[in-house]
Amino acid sequence: MLDFFQNTLDGAMVGASYALLGLGFTLTFGVMRRLNLSYGPTIMMGVYAGTAVSLNIYESLALALAVSVLISIIVGLCIEGICFRAVRSDNPLASMVSAFAVWMVLEEIIILLTWGRLFPVENPTGLATLIAGPISIRGDYLFLFIVAVVLMTLLYWMLFQTTFGRQVRAVGENPKAARLMGIDIGRVSRQIFVLTSVFGGLVGFFIAASMHQITPGFGLWATVKGLVVMILGGIGSVPGAVLGGFLLGIVELNALWYLGGGYRDLVAFLLLFLFLVVRPRGLLGTGRIGV
Amino acid sequence: MSEYMVSVLSLICIESFVALSTYLLLITGQISFGQQAYFGIGAYIGAIWTAMLGLDLSTAILAGAIIAGLVAAGVGLMAFRLGGLYYAIATLAFSELVRQIWINLIYQVPVAGFEVGPKGAEGFKDIRYVIENDISAIQYLGLIALCLGIVLIFFIVLERSRLGLSLRMVENEETAAASVGINPVAYKIAAAAIAGAIAGIGGVLFAHFMTFIDPRNFGVMLGVHSLAYGMIGGLGTFLGPLIGVTIDIGLLESLRVFSGYRMIVFGSLVALILIFRPRGLLDEKTVHRFFQWVRKRLDNPRRGGSLVDDV
Repeated sequence: MLDFFQNTLDGAMVGASYALLGLGFTLTFGVMRRLNLSYGPTIMMGVYAGTAVSLNIYESLALALAVSVLISIIVGLCIEGICFRAVRSDNPLASMVSAFAVWMVLEEIIILLTWGRLFPVENPTGLATLIAGPISIRGDYLFLFIVAVVLMTLLYWMLFQTTFGRQVRAVGENPKAARLMGIDIGRVSRQIFVLTSVFGGLVGFFIAASMHQITPGFGLWATVKGLVVMILGGIGSVPGAVLGGFLLGIVELNALWYLGGGYRDLVAFLLLFLFLVVRPRGLLGTGRIGV
Repeated sequence: MSEYMVSVLSLICIESFVALSTYLLLITGQISFGQQAYFGIGAYIGAIWTAMLGLDLSTAILAGAIIAGLVAAGVGLMAFRLGGLYYAIATLAFSELVRQIWINLIYQVPVAGFEVGPKGAEGFKDIRYVIENDISAIQYLGLIALCLGIVLIFFIVLERSRLGLSLRMVENEETAAASVGINPVAYKIAAAAIAGAIAGIGGVLFAHFMTFIDPRNFGVMLGVHSLAYGMIGGLGTFLGPLIGVTIDIGLLESLRVFSGYRMIVFGSLVALILIFRPRGLLDEKTVHRFFQWVRKRLDNPRRGGSLVDDV
């Protein structure tokens, strides 16, 4: 029982970062109505750039984060231009495959630049493990959790308290009506790419730090986690993505503990497949964004 | 033919099975990221069939196709209700689930003094059927081509038959299809089963071509590649995915100029083609125009026809 509690606690802390990846997917999908498969690789480019600067030029967490976010934004905007704006929207599959093609290019660029080596990502916090009675809390998990919760709160505020957020929700709910109300959909979609890149770059860096490394496989990892969370929570649902993230984290860490390392991903995919077959709307999905 | 040419051609043909499998689902409007699952099932079944049970290759191909097809039908039965994006992700989830099973599957039996069988993440070694039976690389290429030929004949018949039309109708106008007596569900599940069987045949051939398979061969990259093949080659005819495979493996892998930059060149090519031709090089319109042009030439050989008149 204590093990289960400990796993659940760890899972919730890891799950908070999954939730942010899921939010990135669900927000982009809500506005574009098309899936951005390249979200994970976008974050990967940012984290690689941030780490490279920090390793080779000047060691500073703030600088690494700034570079990571900046590169994520640039890559995100490029993807918006190449895979979404330039590709006609009547065939959603085309954007999906195009985003995948760009992903291959990004991954290959990283492999060519780094010779496929992984980069160590220094854990910025140096926090020791907290021990409270029988429960222990890993410092880096706790830090990741706090960062994720702060970002989610910020995101929630932006979506529900600002004009920008209202526009995003309007486009998600009914793009035609939103355009008639004078909302520039092209601008909103660029803004959403910038926004998801910013928090993707931030949370990606801390995820990499909790793994102590970044590899060219990070893009695939982040995309898969984000997709799973988006589906578990229900496409377009912001609270759903948060719940989905926690659910995935908790299930994964319990599977890891009780069944062993090889089963962590197996159980995650089984959960996703069952959810799709039994309850494709996800936990809270209604098909509308933000509700 | 040099040995290198033979192996590149073999790979093109093997990859074509997965590309055609994905394409068959695409023309019924189902986007699958997961045909590599059936490719993997075929590969493992085929390997178990010849290396562990000691049976022969022709029945292995049959068994691989049947089992992969049955699994695909089961998945189709569970997932047919899901539309577009959900279906795509369900197939992705299933294929990764299957790959995780390969990673965890360890079952070895002694055959002629060797331990043979799947060994988790280390893969399945010593699938020696082709070597033991003195089948040369060229002969094996012939076998692959024969199987691919049979699949292609199926596609030729399909595209000229009522069945093919029905499938495309299920993609475009599901309600209209249902109203003229086409049962969309039956067609979707049948398409899923046949697509699974095609990928399964490719898998058996792949396992015996490589003599060694490991779970990484069946990752999501293979699935998305085969989707991309159809998208760049074109969705108008089954030649589309074949063109896609040939461009990727034939052109880029064999040209030394691109070595190391293959993904960059291929990825950029795909992105560009999708901007200018969202349904690929040979899309339905082009194919339709071509056939009209041919028909016109046949009707009136002296006048000829132009490629751009009434459609």
